Amino acid sequence: MLTMIGKRLMFAIPSLIGVVIVTFLLTRALPGDPAAYFAGPAATKEAVEQIRKKLGLDKPLIEQFFRYTNDLAHGDFGNSLTTGQPVATEIRNRLPASAELTLLGLIVSIVIAIPLGVLAATRPGSWVDHLCRVTTTAGVSLPVFFTGLLLVYFFYFQLGWSPAPLGRLDVFYSAPPTVTGFYLIDTLIARDFEAFRSALSQLVLPATTLAIFSLAPIARMTRASMLAVLASEFVRTARASGLSPTTVIVTYAFRNAMLPVVTTLSMVFSFLLGANVLVEKVFAWPGIGSYAVEALISSDFAPVQGFVLTMAVMYVLLNLVIDILYGVIDPRVRLEG
Amino acid sequence: MKRRDFLKSVSGLAAGAALPIVPEVISSAYADARSETLLIVSEGGPNNLDIHGVGTNVPGYEVSWNCYDRLISHEMKSGPGGVPYYDRDKFKGELAEEFKIDDMSVTFKLRKNAKFHDGTPVTAKDVKWSLDRAVSVGGFPTFQMSAGSLTKPEQFVVIDDHTVRVDFLKKDRLTVPDLAVIVPCIVNSELVKKNASEKDPWGLEFTKQQTAGSGAYKVTKWTAGTEVIMERNEDWACGPLPKIKRVIWRMVPQAGNRRALLERGDADISYELPNKDFQEMKASGKLNVVSLPFSNGIQYIGMNVTKPPFDNPKVRQAVAYALPYQKIMDAVMFGLANPMFGAPKDKPTEVAWPQPHKYNTDIEKAKALMAEAGMAGGFETTISFDLNFAGVNEPLCVLVQESLAQIGIKTTINKVPGANWRTELNKKEMPLFTNVFSGWLDYPEYFFYWCYHGNNSVFNTMSYKSAEMDRLIDGARTAAAAGDTATYDADVRGFVDLAYTDIPRIPLYQPFVNVAMQKNISGYQYWFHRRLDYRAMAKG
Repeated sequence: MLTMIGKRLMFAIPSLIGVVIVTFLLTRALPGDPAAYFAGPAATKEAVEQIRKKLGLDKPLIEQFFRYTNDLAHGDFGNSLTTGQPVATEIRNRLPASAELTLLGLIVSIVIAIPLGVLAATRPGSWVDHLCRVTTTAGVSLPVFFTGLLLVYFFYFQLGWSPAPLGRLDVFYSAPPTVTGFYLIDTLIARDFEAFRSALSQLVLPATTLAIFSLAPIARMTRASMLAVLASEFVRTARASGLSPTTVIVTYAFRNAMLPVVTTLSMVFSFLLGANVLVEKVFAWPGIGSYAVEALISSDFAPVQGFVLTMAVMYVLLNLVIDILYGVIDPRVRLEG
Repeated sequence: MKRRDFLKSVSGLAAGAALPIVPEVISSAYADARSETLLIVSEGGPNNLDIHGVGTNVPGYEVSWNCYDRLISHEMKSGPGGVPYYDRDKFKGELAEEFKIDDMSVTFKLRKNAKFHDGTPVTAKDVKWSLDRAVSVGGFPTFQMSAGSLTKPEQFVVIDDHTVRVDFLKKDRLTVPDLAVIVPCIVNSELVKKNASEKDPWGLEFTKQQTAGSGAYKVTKWTAGTEVIMERNEDWACGPLPKIKRVIWRMVPQAGNRRALLERGDADISYELPNKDFQEMKASGKLNVVSLPFSNGIQYIGMNVTKPPFDNPKVRQAVAYALPYQKIMDAVMFGLANPMFGAPKDKPTEVAWPQPHKYNTDIEKAKALMAEAGMAGGFETTISFDLNFAGVNEPLCVLVQESLAQIGIKTTINKVPGANWRTELNKKEMPLFTNVFSGWLDYPEYFFYWCYHGNNSVFNTMSYKSAEMDRLIDGARTAAAAGDTATYDADVRGFVDLAYTDIPRIPLYQPFVNVAMQKNISGYQYWFHRRLDYRAMAKG
């Protein structure tokens, strides 16, 4: 197993090198001149040149690249110009915010989508099946920022049930000491239940928004793969042997239907992590997506490169975890490099 | 999983999501904290806490203004609508207890009780070090200092521990006002020097992350792009102790949410909302909305005069007669701007800036001028704008496009990303564009020096060059320094008239600074930098 993991990680290295080169070139190809942007509205040409020199942008591209890779090797992602902070720190601080939101959104989504898919598959054509179809179609066709704004409008602005969409905590609570970076866990560790409640209530709307969006692929995939499994011979045999419907569906059919579902989950998770930019914007969430987009808008190279690199590493790790999970779910699947 | 269990769990979850999760018992400490805390929401936040830093953005200026002191500041006067407005011509001491302006220098006596946030007293050597820093670091701060002829460290002389003299390089009316802008702030030199390095002799890396001043507030927490928390400096010596104890400034990127936060009463103040929102909030009367004109600021349509067809003054005048001024005021600005067009024919030119020109929308006249210029058939061109301000610029350009089509000018709209806008301006190649310029120092000759002078600064976006114009601008500057009012008035009238006959840029309106706040917030003051001054504000 360990050698397998090692081997898989080895194979990831060339793709990471490729990512480094491509992001470097892509960010340089962006329109806009960061020196002119950061020299401010009242800058003279000399002032712009001074800034360019300070940022090292007057050097040839190849030299900039070697300096960049050298810094990377030392764990230095460079400095963001828009926020003025080192990129590595920013990503470290912001990743948990995005991850907490995405995970919670995904869990909510799984809790709804998988049972819905299973029920729809066991009773095709029934009202549950139709419900499944309608919810998933609606969920996938509503753009996330729209659902987000709609939820804010009703639950915050009209009804006042939800707290102000001002990020991870109510402004008058202070953040718990960082252990995991997940406020729900950290507040519990710090035994600060009021802050836990605040963090949870802040999470409800954005997580719901993400869940609505990610319902569709999970529910549809569960339904389809359950249908295939339920039609297979071993299920017929199990039923014929007089096993209870629960045992047949949960123990036999569902376990076998899980492989494609897990694949979908990994896709949905990595997709959500990067794509919840809009949700983060709507809820003023201090996450990694909004950070990357803001950097992109102001031609701020370092954060964009850092973001892409982080996402690439996450994809590699996620794929590895999924591969290992395959083996756990289905012993027939062997980890092969 | 049993179906019944599943349904139970789903309905439980739904109920959980819908429950009002608000602490039922709001502790008294919480309520106290609220009444002494100002919660500001805005789109963007600072990228640097020090205005001397590399590329500090405009929100960063607000931090600097409130956390650092300057030698002098402006008095307040009653502005439009009774809102306190800074008085351009009256100065008061801030860190300086008193100051004396002589012929070629100004001497400041520092307050003896002024202390930096870490408790060290403010001395003359801190003042000298800070001003040296401002003229030496390069980039925007150095540029701003030079606008007031403050360029050399030798100009700042320490007389004794509490006395500093600033020598004038030449007679310049803008030198003293330039000492009251945000840039010449006084920094804790010992503290910063301790944290400076060989590569960074002015300690910019240190002051980027924390405030090292003597101002009324200090930053206690800053999460870039998320929030800034400032606490009152209880030992502030340069004025009455501010009423607001704590300022929480949150970044909320969504304009709709900022409005919702205000209307629900959760946030105290916001700016940077679309004009339509401000206008609706004004009409509903639930909040206080303050709208004041940008001092010395104008949104305009510029034309590149170095290239045909806009090198022909007739074509430029034709455009000036074809623009849909009133439509822009109504449909883009929702009335939240001062019109800069359609002055009566017989109105004499004033010694003031900005002032309206005499063009009005008159398509027939525009067509006649086009024919005179030999362009009756029209031509094709592009109109460019900065996407960072798309909320105003985009509908504005669409209206202009529609209007120009009536006189045969076919325009394509070119949207320039914010990061690229300054580069494009610097190239001076865009034929037709819209932009805003506003100067911190509110003097006509200052505006004209940057926007119309033949030395072709970045803001002379039209590449306009005229010997007569240069003569008038230079004349006004010299006359102002010498106190020669008659020549000054004649020159100012002269350059305004020339700018409106030659019309390389067509003023549209003077935009408003809009700030929306709860009814219980008082003490808002308008400053030339257009950001908030927390020191005068109060809640409840």
